[in-house]
Amino acid sequence: MFRFFGFRALRAAITIVMVVTFAFVVLRLSGDPALLIMSVDAPPEAVAAFRTSWGLDEPLWVQYVRYFAAIFEGDLGRSMRDGRPALDLVVERIPATLALTIPALFIKLGLGIPAGITAALHRNSLLDRTVMALAVAGFTVPSFVLGLLLVLLFAVQLGWLPSGGQESWRHAILPVVTLGIGGAAVLARFTRSAMLEVLGQPYIRTASAKGVPWRQVVRGHALPNAAIPTVTIIGFMVGSLIAGAVVVESVFSWPGVGRLLVVAVANRDLAVVQCILLLVAATMVTANMIVDLLYGLLDPRLRNAPRGAGG
Amino acid sequence: MSLVAIRDLAVSFDGAPALRGIDVEINSGEALGMVGESGCGKSVTWLAALGLLPGKARISGSVRLEGQEILGATPATLDRVRGGRVAMIFQDPASSLNPVHRIGKQVSEALSLHRGLRGAAARAEARRLLDLVGIPDAARRLDAYPHELSGGQNQRVMIAIALAGQPELLVADEPTTALDVTIQAQILDLLGTLRREMNMALVLISHDLGVIAEACERVAVMYAGRIVEEAPIARIFAAPAHPYTQGLLGALPPIDGERQPLAAIPGQVPDPRAMPPGCAFAPRCAVRLDACAAAMPEGRAVAEGHRAACLRAGAMERVLA
Ligand SMILES: Nc1ncnc2c1ncn2[C@@H]1O[C@H](COP(=O)(O)OP(=O)(O)OP(=O)(O)O)[C@@H](O)[C@H]1O
Ligand SMILES: [Mg+2]
Repeated sequence: MFRFFGFRALRAAITIVMVVTFAFVVLRLSGDPALLIMSVDAPPEAVAAFRTSWGLDEPLWVQYVRYFAAIFEGDLGRSMRDGRPALDLVVERIPATLALTIPALFIKLGLGIPAGITAALHRNSLLDRTVMALAVAGFTVPSFVLGLLLVLLFAVQLGWLPSGGQESWRHAILPVVTLGIGGAAVLARFTRSAMLEVLGQPYIRTASAKGVPWRQVVRGHALPNAAIPTVTIIGFMVGSLIAGAVVVESVFSWPGVGRLLVVAVANRDLAVVQCILLLVAATMVTANMIVDLLYGLLDPRLRNAPRGAGG
Repeated sequence: MSLVAIRDLAVSFDGAPALRGIDVEINSGEALGMVGESGCGKSVTWLAALGLLPGKARISGSVRLEGQEILGATPATLDRVRGGRVAMIFQDPASSLNPVHRIGKQVSEALSLHRGLRGAAARAEARRLLDLVGIPDAARRLDAYPHELSGGQNQRVMIAIALAGQPELLVADEPTTALDVTIQAQILDLLGTLRREMNMALVLISHDLGVIAEACERVAVMYAGRIVEEAPIARIFAAPAHPYTQGLLGALPPIDGERQPLAAIPGQVPDPRAMPPGCAFAPRCAVRLDACAAAMPEGRAVAEGHRAACLRAGAMERVLA
């Protein structure tokens, strides 16, 4: 058990360092923050002073070492735009994002999993075909297109719901639905194929041959096995709770982490971008570790210590 | 009355016939072997009889269990028959057990369904069954998962599950094919012993006549979805009446000798979508007559308890006598 976690913690740390390093290099090579933040006609001395004060005149590797040293002291830098700590800026946006992504996660699970199971249990029926056609539509349509379609229908045409902003819970409905539909479609397809795979296994036939009623075969024998691959994709969805709404937040002008990221990237606000990426990587990595743990719970073959097996 | 009587059982998948009229009976306590090449329909016969085929299978005919029709019976009826009166075990024990449930739970499930045993009583009985099928340290194995056991032990667990409902008939579909030779012999011994002790009928499916000869009294030889010959095991070896059976016997390795590549029967099994109108074996048959291609030969009695579906069956009997 200790080795299990030691290994995964190390892998997680390496993942995070790689993400942060990658972001660091790409951001610094892709444009000069000084020129973007100061106006174009700013005097050269002012630009130089800006560079010095943010350490941008140092060689890249010095900046990199400094940056990491600061992270270990809990300092994620300051926004170049308003000088506030980047972490504060990011953290204050998190609730707004979660207000979209958590309800959307429930839609994904509550719609996608039952739809996938039902489709698999009625394979090739009209019901199956309908569910799968909807699922294909649901995940081939990009979320910004779906979002815009929903806005056209429910905000512009019918006038039932607002098209953007964050004033009330009604403003959250369209973005939540947009996020939820895409994810539900992915999950439905995934659950269906996991379920079909399991239903074709010999142990399902064994259960029937034993006299287990079909409902109980599905519940007691098929679902626990189909849950194993499905957990991977659910883990991925949980991991993207913070960063999974970039596009939708932009479409619906929702002031969450995603929009902050878009603005910060456009401005080369390095500390803010890096802070968000660090947070995203950390969530992803945590979700992954939870998935690994769940695997161990769901699938005895993945547990280390054999039980009851003498020799 | 026979325990199970299958009459004119026919099965097809997407228009391709897999069974083309199977008639077979089995009496209480009897051991019947079913033999034939891969794909001839041995498994499908019993999967169809127990309602275990996927929905796309088209099934007709009759399967009676002590006179009661079970083909197309309600799910509730079938659930009582399956495991309770007729149990079935399969070829690949490793994948036939549910990987996420403990052995004890998988045995107890059958005990609870067919004998109403739960909790400690079920556990004690599950333990007794594991002992009975020869699993060492049964008490601890109850808590093991299938992947922690060997193939032979998993097959013993499958047998324990099958015995849990105290069935009148056990259908063992190639129970030893996936196991190595020494384990094969042990499992066959076990099945034979259990059958005698529990007075249970046994259907042993195999493509190996040698295996069947060890455990069965009677054998049905299948070819391309039909039973082409049926006889007491000694007669099959002494006086096979169907050219296909003779071919199978020619392909049987010497009992003590090393297993060698079999002297296979030349030619191939016909495509189920393009069955010849006459005898399905005729295209491969060395002694076919013109009439063989005309109509499907009906089974005819060759001797007491010995039938063969071959136009020459009677004639051959005379030649061999
Ligand atoms: N689920 C299925 N869908 C389609 N065809 C099937 C299905 N099950 C069996 N068949 C076909 O039915 C025929 C008989 O198959 P069956 O499994 O009974 O053969 P078998 O005699 O048991 O062979 P083996 O020795 O390989 O187990 C084969 O042609 C097979 O392809
Ligand atoms: Mg088979």
